[in-house]
Amino acid sequence: MTRSNTRAFWLFVGPFAVGLLAFVYVPIGWSVVLSFFDARNTVTPTDFVGLDNYADMLGDTAFLRSLGTFSAFAVFIVPLTAVLSLALALLVNQITVMQAFFRSVFFLPTACSYVVASLVWKLSIFNGVRYGLANTVLGWFGADPIAWTASTDPPWYWLVLVTLRLWLQLGFYMVLFIAGLQRIPRHLYEAAWIDGAKPGWQTLRHITLPQLRTTTVAVLLLNLVAAYQAFDEFYNVLGTARGYPPFARPPLVYLYYTSLGSGGQDFGHGSAGAVLLALLIAAVTLAQGKVITR
Amino acid sequence: MNSGEISRRTVLNATGAAALASLLAACGSNTGRGGGGGREIQQWYHAYGEAGVQQAVERYAASYDRAAVRVQWNPGDYDSKLATSLLSGGGPDVFESTLQISAVRAGQVVPLDDLIGEVRDDFTDTILAGHTVEGKVYGIPQAVDMQMLFYRKSMFEKAGVRPPSTVDELIDAAKRLTTGDVKGLFAGNDGGVGVLGGPALWSAGLDYVTPEHRVGFDDPAAATAIGKLRELYTSGSLLLGAVKDWAEPDAFTQGLVAMQWTGLWTVPAVQEALGDDFGVLPWPKLTANGKPSVPVGAYGAMVNAKSERVDEAKAFVKWLWIERTDYQEDFNLGYGFHIPPRRSLAARADKLKTGVFSDAVKFVQDNAKSSNPPDWTSVMSTAFNDAVSRAVREGADAGTELKAAAAKAADELKRLYG
Repeated sequence: MTRSNTRAFWLFVGPFAVGLLAFVYVPIGWSVVLSFFDARNTVTPTDFVGLDNYADMLGDTAFLRSLGTFSAFAVFIVPLTAVLSLALALLVNQITVMQAFFRSVFFLPTACSYVVASLVWKLSIFNGVRYGLANTVLGWFGADPIAWTASTDPPWYWLVLVTLRLWLQLGFYMVLFIAGLQRIPRHLYEAAWIDGAKPGWQTLRHITLPQLRTTTVAVLLLNLVAAYQAFDEFYNVLGTARGYPPFARPPLVYLYYTSLGSGGQDFGHGSAGAVLLALLIAAVTLAQGKVITR
Repeated sequence: MNSGEISRRTVLNATGAAALASLLAACGSNTGRGGGGGREIQQWYHAYGEAGVQQAVERYAASYDRAAVRVQWNPGDYDSKLATSLLSGGGPDVFESTLQISAVRAGQVVPLDDLIGEVRDDFTDTILAGHTVEGKVYGIPQAVDMQMLFYRKSMFEKAGVRPPSTVDELIDAAKRLTTGDVKGLFAGNDGGVGVLGGPALWSAGLDYVTPEHRVGFDDPAAATAIGKLRELYTSGSLLLGAVKDWAEPDAFTQGLVAMQWTGLWTVPAVQEALGDDFGVLPWPKLTANGKPSVPVGAYGAMVNAKSERVDEAKAFVKWLWIERTDYQEDFNLGYGFHIPPRRSLAARADKLKTGVFSDAVKFVQDNAKSSNPPDWTSVMSTAFNDAVSRAVREGADAGTELKAAAAKAADELKRLYG
C-alpha cells in the first residue's frame, strides 16, 4: 500500500517536478551564477568579475529610472486594480438575473492573449489616424485626432496601457473576490441587520471587507508582483523593431534588451539586473505584507 | 494574469524549440547523403517575405556538387534563434547575419578574407565595412537594403515646393505640404526617433563611432542636428500613430503624407499604387560639413567557428557568394528588389538603370552609411536612442542628453578597444 502510494506520488509529481527543476530552478540558479561573470555571448563564462555587474546596473540611470517608473506604476495600478475588481465582484455577486453571464463576460478577457489584446488596442482602438475608434468618437465631438501611443505631451500612452491592463486583469481578480465573497457566512449579515446595521456601506465596512482580508492580501500581492513583471502589453504597444522608447519602459523590457539586444548578448549584466529586480520585489512585497497585516 | 510568467514561458518555449531544432539538425547531419556520412553542410536563412526566395536558395544549394548542403528556412525571430544556436554550439555551419563585434570577440565567426581576395574591390565599401572588424572580413554581403525619403511629385507640384536638398528645406517643405488631411512627413510613429538619429548625425558631418574608435557625436553640432528633429516633431507636420509603421508604405500610398521615410523594399508596392507619381531622395545635409545620406545594411554569409566543417563551409560560401555571380544576380533581382552589393553586378543589371532604381543605386554608391556598424553595440545604441528620444519627444536638452549618451558610449568603446 505504502509502496504503491509512493510510486503514485512520483508518477504524478515526477514529470512536473522534473520540468520545474529543469526549466525554472536550474535557470534561476544559473542566472545568479552568470550575474557574477562577464558573460557576453556565452552561458558558460570563465571571467569572474565579482560584484562588478551589480555595481554597473546600480549605476545605470536607465535601469534605475525604469525601476522608479514601475514603483510609481505599482503604487497607482495595484490599488486601482484591487478596488475596481472588488467593485465588479460586489456588483456581479449581488445581481440576481444572469449572474453567470455577467461573471463570464467580465472574466473572458483573462483568456485573451496579451499580445492579441495589445495589437487590438494599438492598431484599432487607439491608433493615431482619424478613423481609429477612439479618434472617431472624439471626432463626433469635433475634437482633433490624438496620436495615442506616440504622444508624449501629455503622455496619452499611459491611458492606452492602463485601460488595456485593466481590461485584461480585472476579470481574474474579480473571480478571486467573488470566491471570497461567497465564503462569507450568511448569518454574519443577518446578525448585523438584527443589531441595526444598514445594508450597504455599514455592512460592507464592518462585515464584508474584514471577511475578505485574506483574499485582499492575496490579490494585492499578486498584483504587486505582476506590476513589476509587466512586459507583454508594454513591449507590444510601445516597442518597435528599432527598440523601445526610454519612457514607460518596464525593468524586464530593459533587461531583455540588455541581455538579448540586437548588438550582442550580455547575460552578466542582464542577470545582475534580474537579481536586483527580484530583491526589490521581495522587499516591497514584505513591506506591503507588514503594512497590511498589522 | 501574470505577464512575467507568460513571457518567461515564451522564452523557455523558444529555447526549447531551438534545442529541438538543433537536435533535429544533428539528426539531419548524421543521415548525410551517400557515402559522405556526416558531411552535409547546414545553411540557415531567415524567412524572406518575397515569394520564390526559398525555392531559389534551395536550388542554389542543390546545384553545389562538392558537398551536400541542407538549407534551413527560419520563420519568426531569426536573430534570437541564431544567437541561441551559436551559443549552444549546435548551430548551422553557414548562416546569414549582420556582423556584431561581440560575435567576433566571442570567437563565433571565422575571418573570410582569403575567400574575398581579388574581388574585394568589387564590393561597395560601406557595405563591406559593415562586415569588417579590425581589418578582417567576417561576412560576404549577399544583398543590400537601404532606407530613403520617398516624396509624392504631384503634391510637391501642387504646393509649389521643390524636393529638399537641406534639412531646413525639408522642414519647410513638410510644413507647407501639411494640409487638412495630409501631413508633410511620416518617419515612424515615434516621430522618426528610431530611424533618423543616424541620418541627423551624418547631415552634420558626424557619425556614431569614428574610424579611430572614438565617440562620433560628442560634439555641439550633434545637439543642433538632433534639435532639427525636435523642430520637425513640434511643427505639427509629422504623421504620428499610423496603423502601419515606417517600414510599410501604407501611409504614403494611401495619401496620408506627402513624404515618407521608408525602405527600398517598398518600391514595388509604391510603384503599383502610385505609378510614376513619386521620387526618392537621400536624407539631406544640414551643414556644409555634412552630406546627404542613406542608411544601408546587408545580411552577409558567415561561417560558424564551432562548425566541424569550417573549410568545407568556407568553400561553399566562396562558391555561392563569390563565384556564382549568376545566382547572386538572381537572388538580388529575381524576387522582390535588392541592390547587389557588388558594383559589377549592379552596373550590368538592366532593371537598375532607370527611374528610382538608378537613383537608389547611385545613393548606395555615393551616400551610403552603415545603419548598424559592427561596433555600435546595443549598449551604445540604447544610450543614443534614449537621448534622441528624450530630446525630440520629451523636449529634454539635447546637449545634456547626448553628453550623457556619449559618456556611456565612451566607456563601451574603452571596454572594446582599450
